[in-house]
Amino acid sequence: MGILEVKGVNKRFGGLQALSDVNLSVKENTVHAIIGPNGAGKSTLLNCLVGKLIPDTGSVMFDGQSVLGRKPYQINQMGISRVFQTPEIFGDLTVLENMMIPCFARRDGAFRLHAYESVAAEKELAEKAEQMLIDVNMIEKRHMHSASMSRGDKRRLETAMCLVQEPRLLLLDEPTAGMARADTNNTIDLLKEIKEKRDITMAIIEHDMHVVFSLADRITVLAQGTPLVEDAPENIKGNPKVREAYLGESA
Amino acid sequence: MFGLDKKDSTLLLIVAVLTMFAPFILNPFPEGSALAQFNAGYPDLMQRFVIFGIFAIGFNILFGLTGYLSFGHAAFLGVGSYAAVWMFKLLSMNVIPAIFLAIVVSGLFALLIGFISLRRSGIYFSILTLAFAQMMFALAYSVLTPITNGETGLQLTLNDPRVLGQSATADGSIPVTSLFGMEMRQTFQLDMGAWLFQFNVGYYFSAVIMLIAFFIAIRIFRSPFGMMLRAVKSNQQRVNYTGLNARPYTLAAFVISGMYAGLAGGLLASMDPLAGAERMQWTASGEVVLMTILGGAGTLIGPVLGAGFIKYFENIFSKINDNVLHEWFAFLPDGLENFVVFVMHPFIGKGWNLTLGILFMLVVIFLPGGLVEGGQRIAKLFRKGKAKDSAKPTTKPAE
Repeated sequence: MGILEVKGVNKRFGGLQALSDVNLSVKENTVHAIIGPNGAGKSTLLNCLVGKLIPDTGSVMFDGQSVLGRKPYQINQMGISRVFQTPEIFGDLTVLENMMIPCFARRDGAFRLHAYESVAAEKELAEKAEQMLIDVNMIEKRHMHSASMSRGDKRRLETAMCLVQEPRLLLLDEPTAGMARADTNNTIDLLKEIKEKRDITMAIIEHDMHVVFSLADRITVLAQGTPLVEDAPENIKGNPKVREAYLGESA
Repeated sequence: MFGLDKKDSTLLLIVAVLTMFAPFILNPFPEGSALAQFNAGYPDLMQRFVIFGIFAIGFNILFGLTGYLSFGHAAFLGVGSYAAVWMFKLLSMNVIPAIFLAIVVSGLFALLIGFISLRRSGIYFSILTLAFAQMMFALAYSVLTPITNGETGLQLTLNDPRVLGQSATADGSIPVTSLFGMEMRQTFQLDMGAWLFQFNVGYYFSAVIMLIAFFIAIRIFRSPFGMMLRAVKSNQQRVNYTGLNARPYTLAAFVISGMYAGLAGGLLASMDPLAGAERMQWTASGEVVLMTILGGAGTLIGPVLGAGFIKYFENIFSKINDNVLHEWFAFLPDGLENFVVFVMHPFIGKGWNLTLGILFMLVVIFLPGGLVEGGQRIAKLFRKGKAKDSAKPTTKPAE
């Protein structure tokens, strides 16, 4: 039984069957990649996992509890963190402040009226945030305005913001989309490092084969809203069905 | 000091010193001199400075931190005033219960209006708050006449019950607002040569409350709560996906700023115990937006500066008339004098709004951070000049 169990999920947008009968099981402490050509329903699936969309039928269970009908912040509090396709960070705030916010969310829950306390007095959380910045090699940038950083650094910061919450499942939506080669490699290194150093479960939606094959333990290939095949990376490359649906053009 | 770091303590101290010595600072020109009309050190205007300062500080907690632009905040100011006057009518002329009720009632109104308006963001939120404020204005102006006394405004009368006080004083007049016997209108005058300084009880009372309000605002800005509000302004999507529920955060900010507005309304009524519907009109809501943006939204001191700036212009520029201008330009040849006065005429007296509008445009275009940004730029220039003087290539300006 995986930590994330998706069973028989269907999602329809008007005349378009975006997802049809999707089953997916993500095991704890593995990196599970979901690949597929454009329009295969990868992002729709992800949005169903985080509460942005509600599937028409089917179930999405996280650690034995259904996530359906819950708001994104409630799902996050259950232990699912999400990295977006374009980095979503607090651009007006400094890097350290960006890190402090998930620390507060983790400790204080979805809402707390701590209006008369002082951020400066939160030594323990600041230490935690700084330790995470050290881990992702960003500590020297902690007082920088986060909007002024490169895209690779923003991605790094966003990932760190998710990690500092100690999520039980980290979802990454095309973490290297639209990135320069250097930034892509940078991100792969970061994710590899995370995978090696921490016990973490990741689900990655990705286009870039290089990224997928250097990270994933399991791969699910999605085509036209249906999972085509699920297997270990070395078997995926040779699978004729996958070649036909997807790899034919890029391999 | 009081849990503030050094920089914030300094700021609080500076503001405290400025407000305490305002009767001197705002009265730099001797009585009877040509410039005496630029003096602002009289009780009525000084009270306005600090009371509208409180209003703007509270507005800034909502707008400056969360970015939600409320266009109906004057409604809370008005509600506060009505609540305070009712307290004067029914309970006593002591200002403490009046101000307390003003804060509570405006907080309740803010809770209701905020709960509904915060379902939307951006322009729709602004429109919703504006609609609510206009509804409340209409209610106060006509529908709820028994409570608000309609267009005349709510006033004290000789028949008010005043349970813990007297309906009328011994000489048959309406009692005045006071703080445990100290009358708000009481003014001590200090004659120093050509200068006349006035120390008004009401002003000092309001100033102390403003300092407390300012202190609380600093605490909120530096709190985790304040940080969450800035996060909401910066990226609401990320807030949601970080496990934070943005709604109660914004609602709390809305209620707090509504209570600040109610406090300001209560103080206005304490200084002069009457409340009219015009206090809730949309122009009054717009004014606090102007104050905050002009001073610098999201900064601590900005709203206070903006409030002072606008109230100063409102009172000083509006007093200048053609005769005064003729006096000033009497040294010019007649034709030219008339021409100059003709050109300046639309900008003074009743036209002070035109001057304010132009100043506001200039500030928004050239100093988007408001007066605070202007101050920072000047400070930077100054620091650069200093660095050059010391001629040390290694010194860099801080930041």
